[in-house]
Amino acid sequence: MLSRVADSVYWMSRYVERAENVARFIAVNLQLLLDNPGGEAEQWAPLINTTGDHEDFARRYGEATREAALHFLVMDPENPNSIFSCVCSARENARTVREIISSEMWLQLNKFYLTIKSAPKNLTQTDVLQEFFTEIKQSSHLFTGITDATMTHGEAWHFCRLGRKLERADKTSRILDVKYYLLLRSSGDVGTPFDDIQWAAVLRSASAFEMYRKWHGRISPRGVVDFLVLNREFPRAIQYCLANARDSLHAISGTPYGTYRNGPEKLIGQLCSDLSFASVDEIISHGLHEYLDELQTRINSVSAGIFETFFAFKAQQPQKRSARPLVQSQ
Amino acid sequence: MWFDNYEVGNFFDEMFSKEGSARPSARPLARAIASLPPGELENRQRAAERALLQMGITFNVYGEEAGVEKIFPFDLLPRIVPATEWSLIERGLKQRIHALNLFIDDLYHEQRILKDGVVPREIIFSAKSYREQCVGWNPPRGIWCHITGTDLVRHSDGQIYVLEDNLRCPSGVSYVLENRQILKQLFPQLFSTSRIRPVSDYTQKLRDMLEYLAPEGTTSPRVVLLTPGIYNSAYFEHSFLARQMGIELVEGRDLVVEDECVLMRTTKGFERVDVIYRRLDDDFLDPRCFRADSLLGVPGLMQACKAGNVALANAPGTGVADDKVVYAYVPRIIKYYLGEDILLPNVPTYICAEEKDREYVLEHLDELVVKAANESGGYGMLVGPHSTKEQREEFASRVKANPRNYIAQPTLSLSRVPTLIGDRIEGRHVDLRPYILYGRDIFVMPGGLTRVALKKGSLVVNSSQGGGSKDTWVLADSPQVNMTDSSGVEIGLTDTPQPKHNKGSAPPTGAGVKATSTQSAKETQEPSC
Repeated sequence: MLSRVADSVYWMSRYVERAENVARFIAVNLQLLLDNPGGEAEQWAPLINTTGDHEDFARRYGEATREAALHFLVMDPENPNSIFSCVCSARENARTVREIISSEMWLQLNKFYLTIKSAPKNLTQTDVLQEFFTEIKQSSHLFTGITDATMTHGEAWHFCRLGRKLERADKTSRILDVKYYLLLRSSGDVGTPFDDIQWAAVLRSASAFEMYRKWHGRISPRGVVDFLVLNREFPRAIQYCLANARDSLHAISGTPYGTYRNGPEKLIGQLCSDLSFASVDEIISHGLHEYLDELQTRINSVSAGIFETFFAFKAQQPQKRSARPLVQSQ
Repeated sequence: MWFDNYEVGNFFDEMFSKEGSARPSARPLARAIASLPPGELENRQRAAERALLQMGITFNVYGEEAGVEKIFPFDLLPRIVPATEWSLIERGLKQRIHALNLFIDDLYHEQRILKDGVVPREIIFSAKSYREQCVGWNPPRGIWCHITGTDLVRHSDGQIYVLEDNLRCPSGVSYVLENRQILKQLFPQLFSTSRIRPVSDYTQKLRDMLEYLAPEGTTSPRVVLLTPGIYNSAYFEHSFLARQMGIELVEGRDLVVEDECVLMRTTKGFERVDVIYRRLDDDFLDPRCFRADSLLGVPGLMQACKAGNVALANAPGTGVADDKVVYAYVPRIIKYYLGEDILLPNVPTYICAEEKDREYVLEHLDELVVKAANESGGYGMLVGPHSTKEQREEFASRVKANPRNYIAQPTLSLSRVPTLIGDRIEGRHVDLRPYILYGRDIFVMPGGLTRVALKKGSLVVNSSQGGGSKDTWVLADSPQVNMTDSSGVEIGLTDTPQPKHNKGSAPPTGAGVKATSTQSAKETQEPSC
């Protein structure tokens, strides 16, 4: 397929996934704020930090108030990673590949876009927000489901899945990281019932609470990290996502498993293999935040490699937005 | 009740005769609409608009913020063309395209028509769209104008005239196909009884035609559609056609020319392209051959084309026959090449380059429509009766400064079609653009884009200036007695639906009575597309 088309399909699904995960991000913070018996002041700076866009935020907004943070993450058209911008970008990419995706996919994405466009510009009330985020998650799920059910599972579909799974792996690691930033603030809570409540909120924001219960039963930091990083069957777990991404990469190039023919295949193969042999205790003793940080850097290298291998145009003028978010999410 | 206060006025109405009775071909439609309860047409109109917006059937408006899309306004009441009339249109268009193709080929070869003095040399050599680069070149199969969208209008005299030949990159066919999709959902019963000729095989015919152009010896030719990109006003259509034909939609930056062959960049390397349906004007096609500042085209494309390694549709250089001054000579062009009289007449046209005509035009600016030779989309036009003194003076000085660039025509009183305006039906002016494909033979799509000027009294149907579109129903043959209503009563403008007609026409079984109500319930459903 055309390089430009592969690029657009990949970013289309990546942006949809990103919009969903930004909603999840904020949802976890809202949950954590609700379970706040101490009545502490609301913490929004940690959230901005985990997205990696804190410099842009500080420059344009200054202090991280509730209103500022929510506007920046949800509806700010100047923040390329706000939910609004992600959905617009997804749709813009889809518009350039309408002959590749199914009409049903386009219809759903266009509806998604019209929903976001007609949303009030200053959402701050928790109940309204929760409902709004639920709608975003559902729109994204619907899009993913329609993609799987109506598109031939050929090369274009694999590029869709590749984008989606890399994005999800990255964002699950960031959702875990939100908790890390909050721990910094209140390390006295570690091991208390309040801490458990916070970990449960993290699980819920990754739609993982019920599945976790079936697996580990009791909530413990160790268990949550194990589940969200190393589980091979839970669809939002990092290991699961990266294994899927690797499979799609091999399906695209036709290279047998265990070998590699290009940069990103090598990188993702190594990454998957490291995760396969990692243990949760090692991760925690290494330092969870440091471990996640390194993981994000490696996922970014895979993305950069995909760009170089499949999308980059030889000896041509620099191309559109595709390269930018890679830099931003570092 | 819908047509109770409908006025035909001093116009030719496509649906009703002067006396106010429905024309035979339009009777089933008139009857169906008359039977709808108040509010029903608005409901269906809204459902159609929602479907269009959700499907993203939109166009970009130039001059507004990039990426701004609007739905192409759509009116749910179709325009009907009876079979006998269509057969004349079809023959007329085939004749016209046949002659124009011979004309273009002649211009880039022997130029017999110029030597014989039928068309003045200076008209051709001063045409912006005449391409010296094409002189001596033979396009595949000798075809230049593969895809044409000819604009037709009907005057109050009842005659259909050709208004314009769009031979470059005519757009709008996607709306024809989508409008039909929507109408089938809005009026399913009418489709089962009215013998409306289908249009949906257009994309198959288009693909067949394009494949026919592939270089000799290509077994399964790769056909692509070249678009200027998503900010082009017709991008939706480019994407739609590529999807319907199952071909790649490419931008200039996807293509590269190597050793006089066109290749496209794919995730698995470069692949050869055999035929390009280009929706890019000649000017932008190849910066090495035409405009050097074009970033949309492909450097070296013309060379590959001339080497016979790739086919372009339409062929570069075709636009010369699209010049509005050349248009004035088409009746003579047809006579010259085919020895026939023109079947579908031109609108009488004054050529400002000719002194006598120019004098007449300058004296009658308030009655005429003046058009610049190389503009389209309703731009660069003076509609005399609707103009101000200042506008007329400005046009007079423009015509004097560059007479070659202007033609003038009498202001036509375009025919009207009933159109839903708010909650009532009023007449609005329309034109008609059928699409013609020239491949193995010449094919005229049985239908076309009916454009409607939605503003009261307006004659400008262009989408960029407040125009909308309608579905066009070409009937397969003369209307038969309506199968569900055998009463044979003519429904006129003042007729209100008589409940007893329904009862009277119901088959004796009880199920038949129900059938009527089920069908109308079905009709009110929203389109699910």
